[in-house]
Amino acid sequence: MTAATQTWPDARGRFGPYGGRYVPETLMAPLEELERAYDAARADAGFAAQLDFELKNFAGRPTPLQFAARLTEHLGGARIYLKREDLLHTGAHKINNCLGQSLLAVRMGKKRIIAETGAGQHGVATATVAARLGLECVVYMGTEDMERQRLNVSRMRMLGAEVVGVNSGSRTLKDAINEAMRDWVTNVRTTHYLLGSVLGAHPYPRMVRDFHACIGREARAQILAAEKRLPDFLIACVGGGSNAIGLFYEFLADTSVKMIGVEAGGRGAALGEHAARLAFSMGFRGARPGVLQGTYSRVLQTADGQIATTHSVSAGLDYPAVGPEHAWLAEQGRAEYTAASDDAAIHAARTLARIEGIIPALESAHALAEIIRRAPQMKREEIIIMNLSGRGDKDMEILARYL
Amino acid sequence: MNPTRITKRFEELRRAGELGLVAYITAGDPTLDASERIAMALADAGADVIELGVPFSDPVADGPVIQRASERALRSGTTLAGVIESVKRLRAKTQVPLLLFSYYNPVLQMGLKKFADAAAQAGADGALITDITPEEAGEYRGAMRARGLDTVFLAAPTSTDARLKMIAETSTGFLYVISRTGVTGTKDSLAEELPALTRRVRAATSLPIAVGFGVSLPEHVSLLGGLADAAVVGSALVAEIEKAHSAEAAATAVAAKARTLKEAARKGISRREATR
Repeated sequence: MTAATQTWPDARGRFGPYGGRYVPETLMAPLEELERAYDAARADAGFAAQLDFELKNFAGRPTPLQFAARLTEHLGGARIYLKREDLLHTGAHKINNCLGQSLLAVRMGKKRIIAETGAGQHGVATATVAARLGLECVVYMGTEDMERQRLNVSRMRMLGAEVVGVNSGSRTLKDAINEAMRDWVTNVRTTHYLLGSVLGAHPYPRMVRDFHACIGREARAQILAAEKRLPDFLIACVGGGSNAIGLFYEFLADTSVKMIGVEAGGRGAALGEHAARLAFSMGFRGARPGVLQGTYSRVLQTADGQIATTHSVSAGLDYPAVGPEHAWLAEQGRAEYTAASDDAAIHAARTLARIEGIIPALESAHALAEIIRRAPQMKREEIIIMNLSGRGDKDMEILARYL
Repeated sequence: MNPTRITKRFEELRRAGELGLVAYITAGDPTLDASERIAMALADAGADVIELGVPFSDPVADGPVIQRASERALRSGTTLAGVIESVKRLRAKTQVPLLLFSYYNPVLQMGLKKFADAAAQAGADGALITDITPEEAGEYRGAMRARGLDTVFLAAPTSTDARLKMIAETSTGFLYVISRTGVTGTKDSLAEELPALTRRVRAATSLPIAVGFGVSLPEHVSLLGGLADAAVVGSALVAEIEKAHSAEAAATAVAAKARTLKEAARKGISRREATR
């Protein structure tokens, strides 16, 4: 089998060289148990039916694929479609994975759920499904992120979750994951770690991808219905990479469809000023293969293997490693990775708000910045689908400074 | 492979009927000069194996005490290469068994072969990598074995018997048993499930077993006399370093603590003999 047709990951959780399982021994048997439980759930039509029911009736799937007529006109190039994940309950794609994993946790008999969160969207979605299923919920969040995403902290507490501030390291997403892993290693027998991106040890990158693959599955059918053909480009932002892989996955075999992941270019190309792990062509350096938080992937780090600090105006993209499947897609040239700066993302958010009447999350605004750069140079018959992964209500305090 | 200093020391302990004391400190906490003085004091106080922790920016297996030690060591510019240099200086002064204790990424960035070469040349006896398990350790073990270095792996309360067997097959020197699910750090009492765990580990291996995580008091060490071949003490020593106002004071305090624990270890073994 060639790389293009082989299904990844392999049995050891590898996407090419990336992925795997690098955790303290205490977590190994629980990860094996999780993998078995997930495989069993996937083979169970009852589980699929239950998940589909929740996705439809609680989360609000399917989401529209909206033709952005005024944005298309404004940019004067390719036809732009928005996959409206921002319309889902809780305001972002994150709920897809949270419903899947929480139903799995119930199947496994776990009564307590923990999660990390950066922008707070995954934390809110986790708190939401925990409330719906009657599970105890603890969310770890860096104190810097708690400051910049205050609204989401209140939402989680409103939903009955305990939000624990993490004051170590850069006080952002990476540090929240460290603390969640410490909780999990301590309470692993009673607790499911509801990891929120395509990161961490096997089987998380595969499982989280599968729970988000509905995004691309719907988008593919919707664009075929609307345009009678496949799109030319898929564009999505990449922090850990869950919304991007969710859009890309069902199109991987469609070789005519190009894919672009947009990372956080932050304030510049120096290490510490950005969170671009794969955008080499744009001059971002510092990411080398390495191991962080359970997986082997591209990691921003110092020469002697200490993990670097990162910066992004968007808390959800502010992370030094990238999902292992994205590292593999980049290495094969199947997807291309670029970066958008803080300023470009803010500008893009304002543009979408004023032209289409949609305030996007700052994360999604990075993907939009790439469209603003690229669409005017494209032909009018070309088609772009962008994953509008979340809405910007949570970012209003930051966006208000630019009004 | 010729036996390392670690294997020889456990052999001596067995012949003497004595429980060993494995002492952990973070190298470079607060400076490499200080941690070398503390390591020498530990060797003089009777530590049987010294674990030198390599500081890492994201120590997911560690509690707050060792997290803070890592931060102090990184602030003073400690790198893996610097820790290996420190081993070389220590080895010129003492024959105490030295085990490097690291997260995987710094070792991976140095290169597995280069790490093994440098560690062997400096006089280290082996390594324990917290976040690598036998499944992912093939290349690492090959590099270490080629240089005659021990690879110590962890066994946990959650490890199945099948996993314990694999851990036993890939470990050399000794096997490190994590006493409870959780991160490093002190607790008032040892886990109730510990005797059942050490029995399962004994059934899987003939290697010496050392028990760590939550071992801080002489009474913990005494209890371990009946269960294990060595007690690992880390956070309790690192907490003394954190409290001390100078390297000299830290060395004195850590040595005093180690002596008390070693005393309990010596008594603990008679308890083991008495219960046999």
